[in-house]
Amino acid sequence: MTVHPVIRTVLQRLALGVMTLFFVSIVIFSGVEMLPGDFTQAVLGQAATEETVAAFRRELGLDQPAYIRYFDWIGGVVTGDFGTSFSGRAASGIDRSRDVVDLIGPRLWNTLFLASMTAIVAVPLALFLGITAALYRNSVYDRVVNATTLATISTPEFFVAYILILFLAALNPIFPSLANVSPDTELSERIYRSALPAMTLALVIIAHMMRMTRAAIINLLASPYIEMARLKGLSSTRVILFHALPNAWAPIVNVIAFNLAYLVVGVVVVEVVFVYPGIGQLMVDAVTTRDIPVVQACALIFAATYIVLNLLADIISIVTNPRLLHPR
Amino acid sequence: MSTDSKEVLLKMRDMRIDGFSDEKWHEIIKGVDLTLHKGEVLGLIGESGAGKSTLGLAAMGFARPGCRLTSGEIWFDGVDLMKESEAAKQKLRGARIAYVAQSAAAAFNPAHTLMEQTIEAGVRHGLSSPDEAREDAKKLFAAMDLPDPNNIGDRFPHQVSGGQLQRAMTAMAMASRPDLIIFDEPTTALDVTTQVNVLAAMRNAVEQFHTAAIYITHDLAVVAQMADRIKVLRYGVEVEEADTQTMLTDPKEEYTKSLWSVRSIEKEAESADDKILEIRNITAAYGKVPVLKNVDIAVSRGKTVSIVGESGSGKSTTARVVTGLLPQLEGDVLFNGDPLPPKLKDRSRDQLQRIQMIYQMADTAMNPRQTVREIIGRPVEFYTGKRGKAVDQRVKELLEMIELDESFMDRLPGELSGGQKQRICIARALAAEPELIICDEVTSALDQIVQEGILKLLMHLQEELGVSYIFITHDIATVRAISDEVVVMYQGEVVEQGGKQEIFSEPHPPYTELLLASVPEMEIGWLEKTLTTLGEKRAAMG
Repeated sequence: MTVHPVIRTVLQRLALGVMTLFFVSIVIFSGVEMLPGDFTQAVLGQAATEETVAAFRRELGLDQPAYIRYFDWIGGVVTGDFGTSFSGRAASGIDRSRDVVDLIGPRLWNTLFLASMTAIVAVPLALFLGITAALYRNSVYDRVVNATTLATISTPEFFVAYILILFLAALNPIFPSLANVSPDTELSERIYRSALPAMTLALVIIAHMMRMTRAAIINLLASPYIEMARLKGLSSTRVILFHALPNAWAPIVNVIAFNLAYLVVGVVVVEVVFVYPGIGQLMVDAVTTRDIPVVQACALIFAATYIVLNLLADIISIVTNPRLLHPR
Repeated sequence: MSTDSKEVLLKMRDMRIDGFSDEKWHEIIKGVDLTLHKGEVLGLIGESGAGKSTLGLAAMGFARPGCRLTSGEIWFDGVDLMKESEAAKQKLRGARIAYVAQSAAAAFNPAHTLMEQTIEAGVRHGLSSPDEAREDAKKLFAAMDLPDPNNIGDRFPHQVSGGQLQRAMTAMAMASRPDLIIFDEPTTALDVTTQVNVLAAMRNAVEQFHTAAIYITHDLAVVAQMADRIKVLRYGVEVEEADTQTMLTDPKEEYTKSLWSVRSIEKEAESADDKILEIRNITAAYGKVPVLKNVDIAVSRGKTVSIVGESGSGKSTTARVVTGLLPQLEGDVLFNGDPLPPKLKDRSRDQLQRIQMIYQMADTAMNPRQTVREIIGRPVEFYTGKRGKAVDQRVKELLEMIELDESFMDRLPGELSGGQKQRICIARALAAEPELIICDEVTSALDQIVQEGILKLLMHLQEELGVSYIFITHDIATVRAISDEVVVMYQGEVVEQGGKQEIFSEPHPPYTELLLASVPEMEIGWLEKTLTTLGEKRAAMG
């Protein structure tokens, strides 16, 4: 009973997160199960005999009842084994298949790299723009920032991508229009090649975060304690940074978490435009080839990303709430 | 309380301030003059909407969003704040002029400790170093009679009580030793028993540092304790101004006299043997937190029982048990002799109809998108089964009962004044044709004159309809005015109950004693007299 309430709440949230992930795994498995079509038929074609199909299915374990396959899969996942990809197998019996982990690993790393690169620039920039827009609200600056970000968020991301390619790759060849990176690309080269996709993503997510920061702060400006701060003769900067911002974290952090999750799970369009070898493309390919283990692994990683980021946002909201952090 | 130096500190000349509402600017302060000498306390009184706070803030050269200072002069120590730049005014605010707000709970930033906020203005204005300021703040906390003055500064606002916060805010205002403090209804949100001590602490501080103050309030008895002079405002115009003694004993204007005479309603207390409601041995809790302990209350048919006590005493919880919103853990609620099911959903429509409720905030108790016709018509349809024209007819009758005409039928709550809104809520309760109405602080948010009207209306309705009231309030004057019987509650228990005469005459249990003695009286010197006796009374409570 001596556990600090914040720690208790955090532990509760963690447990809840694990539970959620477990339920999501069931949903993913059932979802994939319900997909029309079948990998064996896709590979073997219409002409295959019943026997070859059955034999191939047996080899892949597809003849087992669904619940056994689910527990096999989830049991493996818990120990870090996501199974073996279906692709690379053929009816001939030659097995060039790879472990799902090996297949996803480099792609996930690429995606995380692009996401981090974007976030490192976009999050501070969005906060800065949001805070300054709140500080100089209704000024020309505020309107320009608002209008620009609204424009970028209203434009489809592939369009933003092609505009950037047009101006920064085609007309003024500053950056490469293809972001083909491989595991042995050097860091500086990697950053250089990923610049355009990162810029595209930043333009898409800054608007959302900036507008929420501005709104969360302005929302508080009518509070009596803000009036009190003004009546103490404090500068507007101090009023906003010291008195409004600390109370505005909860909504801001939630929007940041939402956008970071988007950077990991929602960037397939941008990956396609720049031919960036990320995890989004991998999943789309796996769906077309009915490569079930890869689809399931990607879906689970996406779900985990959402859960972890939202969990983090929750924890930060709790920790920045003095009522919870310093109980009576 | 003395004005030994006649040096003028603040002088406002023909001050005019506009407020923005209904899409246009209206003049809300219409040419007010105000003079304040060094070390003097000026009481500013009037009803809400009189422009007291707006004028008080104007003394700092400040206008709230939606207000603008249009013309006039604000001379503070030789400079006209109307002509000064924002930067120059910022230098004065928090340094030479400080502000104490109505609700300390809202005016302290929840994210920072009391100490950080107390020393902030002084340190930011470069008046002292953080360390010096901290040491000084501890002394001020001690002077304000705060518990554990050396460490209380490390606490966050939610960790201390409302009375302590209000004192800490006065310390915060004092921290930079200003020449002028604006007190804006600083004790309105406090219980009477807490108010006395806060008032005393504020008065001591003002006297000790020889600070001038503008004390804004609607409570005459309070202003009589604090101010050297009193100015009465109404509709943004000065009604009259005089020194406190003259103002109390010999007000000139009719309006001032009417303010003074509000507490004059008095009704003959009666009791009856026929009990409409009996609460027997009720115990109730919110989750694991016990709030009511063995509460027994009986209500006579056609009479008024007042439940009085400070916040947290369990008054409103008792109402929640009676209405079925909070099922009791133990005990029975008997209505006309039959036990009521504890849970709201187990009660029949007939049982629901007979007990109705009126709330403190008429604003939030009505759907802002419904017209008066819909608000009152709904319970008429629901409980009496009337339809169409008959409903309209009944709504008209109900409006007549609450002394409003039928032109109100199609208005929205936003188009009504505070008193009118509360009347609509009364009509809504009456629409069910109840036998018992629970009134939860129904006049607390209203001005004194409007309060008087509502109380008279309720009493009149009782005579006419024979309805019984449970009247929940923390205001002793209201209790005196309307009760037949009184129940005093403290920390979830009934301390004393009986006929009004009985309760208001000696001897009392210690808590009733303290409660009654804490109610400010309109008499200069009451505060000093009371403080000495209150100490003994608190000691008696243990």
